[in-house]
Amino acid sequence: MSRLPLQGLLVLEFSQYLSGPSAGLRLADLGARVIKVERPGTGDAGRRLSIKNLWTDDSSMLFHTINRNKESYTADLKNPDDLALVKKLIEKADVLTHNFRPGIMEKVGLSYAEAVKLNPRIIYGAISGYGTEGPWKHRPGQDLLLQSMSGLAYTTGNAKDNPMPFGLAIADNLCGSQLVQGILSALIRRQKTGAGALIEVSLLESLLDFQFELLTTYHSSGKLPKRSKVNNGNPLLSAPYGIYSTADGHIAIAMVDLKQLAKAIHCNEMMGYDQKVAFSLRDEIKSVLAKHLLTQKSAYWLEKLHAKDLWAMEVLDWERLTKHEAYSCLQMEQTITTTHGKEITTTRCPIRINGERIFSPKPAPQLGEHNEKINKELIGDKHF
Amino acid sequence: MKPLQDIIVVDFSQFLSGPSAGLRLADMGAQVIKIERTGVGDICRQLYVSNVMIEGESTIFHAINRNKQSYAADLKKEEDLEKVKQIIARADVLMHNFRPGVMERLGLDYETVKAINPQIVYAEVSGYSNEGPWKDLPGQDLLLQAVSGLTWLSSNRSDNPTPMGVAVVDILAGTHIAQGILAALFQRTITNEGSLVQVSMLESILDFQFEVLTCFYNDGRELPVRSEINNGHAYLSAPYGIYKTADGYLALAMGNITQLATLLECDPLQQFTNTAEWFVKRDEIKTILANHLTGRNTDAWLSVLEPADIWCAKVLDYETLIQENGYQTLNMELKVRTSNGLLITTTRCPIRIDGEIFTSNIGAPLLGEHNVQIDEQFGLTKHPISNYEM
Repeated sequence: MSRLPLQGLLVLEFSQYLSGPSAGLRLADLGARVIKVERPGTGDAGRRLSIKNLWTDDSSMLFHTINRNKESYTADLKNPDDLALVKKLIEKADVLTHNFRPGIMEKVGLSYAEAVKLNPRIIYGAISGYGTEGPWKHRPGQDLLLQSMSGLAYTTGNAKDNPMPFGLAIADNLCGSQLVQGILSALIRRQKTGAGALIEVSLLESLLDFQFELLTTYHSSGKLPKRSKVNNGNPLLSAPYGIYSTADGHIAIAMVDLKQLAKAIHCNEMMGYDQKVAFSLRDEIKSVLAKHLLTQKSAYWLEKLHAKDLWAMEVLDWERLTKHEAYSCLQMEQTITTTHGKEITTTRCPIRINGERIFSPKPAPQLGEHNEKINKELIGDKHF
Repeated sequence: MKPLQDIIVVDFSQFLSGPSAGLRLADMGAQVIKIERTGVGDICRQLYVSNVMIEGESTIFHAINRNKQSYAADLKKEEDLEKVKQIIARADVLMHNFRPGVMERLGLDYETVKAINPQIVYAEVSGYSNEGPWKDLPGQDLLLQAVSGLTWLSSNRSDNPTPMGVAVVDILAGTHIAQGILAALFQRTITNEGSLVQVSMLESILDFQFEVLTCFYNDGRELPVRSEINNGHAYLSAPYGIYKTADGYLALAMGNITQLATLLECDPLQQFTNTAEWFVKRDEIKTILANHLTGRNTDAWLSVLEPADIWCAKVLDYETLIQENGYQTLNMELKVRTSNGLLITTTRCPIRIDGEIFTSNIGAPLLGEHNVQIDEQFGLTKHPISNYEM
């Protein structure tokens, strides 16, 4: 890649865990220089959070996944000398992000108002759990809790199941994405006006935005969305939308006209259902379909469905997906060597620019790895 | 000043992935012009869900396309194509989510468009990228969830693979294309050059799984195993999950099991003093917890857990959520008026800039509603050369 779009931009990341750091990762992959400002001794709390007890060097592999392509600068924000150095960095920076609970940055003297005094061009990105006002503002902004409080847990699984969370940190991820959008828009405006900006996003607003179709439908109808009793795929959608067991695996069937479907898979019992009842009788129709699909293998059904251009695919796990040519042609994986020489395979940035994939070999930093370099390059020797 | 004021987006995309990106750009100040097929328009106009319609159109079309303009054109007609090209010539962004080859056939592929407008940011969303054996297959949300391994992460171990109940692939691909577009627009302010920005739904949904895929790649390619009961995340220890109480549901995120045992007065949990067991024996621990938690009301549990800073929450549905002060404080609801005068309540842009929220009350456009206005704006109205012609 000859020139990445955000080349020349400096981002200071005070964020921890996933929401803010996932935004930092995207900005880094798109070309920005991202410096994590971390507490001496401990650093980003995400360094200690592991899944499956996997560790790389001194930090969790999870940390390495989220924080590759960044630098680390340790500073104790409660120590006046360290704070003075961080303020020097803010003077040079284009973007600052944090995801502390409301009030913390104000307490250390790095509120937006203070940052703007140091650097009127700064884009200051702040993530909160629930916004900065109201009775929930001090609650922990943790992904599962946000899924539970935002209504999202009533979208997945079947009607009789408990409310069911998404098995991934959707709130963190989407909030990080919204922050990136806000920051980039403000950078575009800054090129015209010279002025910085305060960008605020919250996990809760991000999840409400995510459910905008469901919420708009709820406001229009006054009725809560209902998960279907059988093979629920999306509470708003009619039969056959969902995932079905076959004789040897599972297939997904999306929006498909009932008559066309019945014909394609020779299901006489389904022929009696008119498209008009595809929503109101979806549980009944899906039960009929589920029973019928058990009689043959996935490949058999997919051949019939694809021959008629009907929307269906096989359900794969990662083992089968990653062996498929449709996956390997993406070249979605990249291998990174950590500072201590260990190799980790991870994914790359999903955005392609000018037909090129963006690979970034730079590993996640050791805690404080770049203090000396950053002091020299960005603060200048006279301060030491 | 809204950050994207003066930015013109010509949007050929349909359904949700592209249009959700267009919506965000519109929220932040861009003029978003939907180019729609004469007579039919965005197919989403006819996608009725949940039997709810507004003015004969699907509710979701209105939710996705508020604050945009509609320009109807038959791109197979020379005259219409020419007009659209003239709009493109002055646009900042072009976006589409057709299957590979369609824009080429219409004569609006990147090379052609770049010749018309070298500074344009040309953005495309595909299902599976423009190569490989799946490239011509429909890029539909559920199908992408199915092939990407995502369905093995939610629900319990003995359940079928379970899709996430919101169009997560569309939405994530939409945020990624918006990010790419904005980054390219920023770059253009420096280099004066446009870019091609491409996102596929498959790459987007793989990116969403980046933490757990990295685990898979490096940990002997072990597949995720969902917990047998109350699964919240295949890779996390007990108690992570949602539990039934005497009167509702309670979510418990990461927490210390022995501390929970004490707070909840659940003696059988006291034996799990070894933290490694919280993962290995999570089904056993969760079963004990699940049985115990049905003994009291949600609020009773919260009253002992919250003061101890345990990560917990009451599970809400929309009806209970909207009555909460914590929700109302956000002002997340937005009322928009459609061109036929109907009032619709939807959600606003989740990004606040300089302390302000964006609350445009412009509804979704009627098909072709803005043809005259846009013809005027781009000088496409046929004016007679002289009175003599008339």
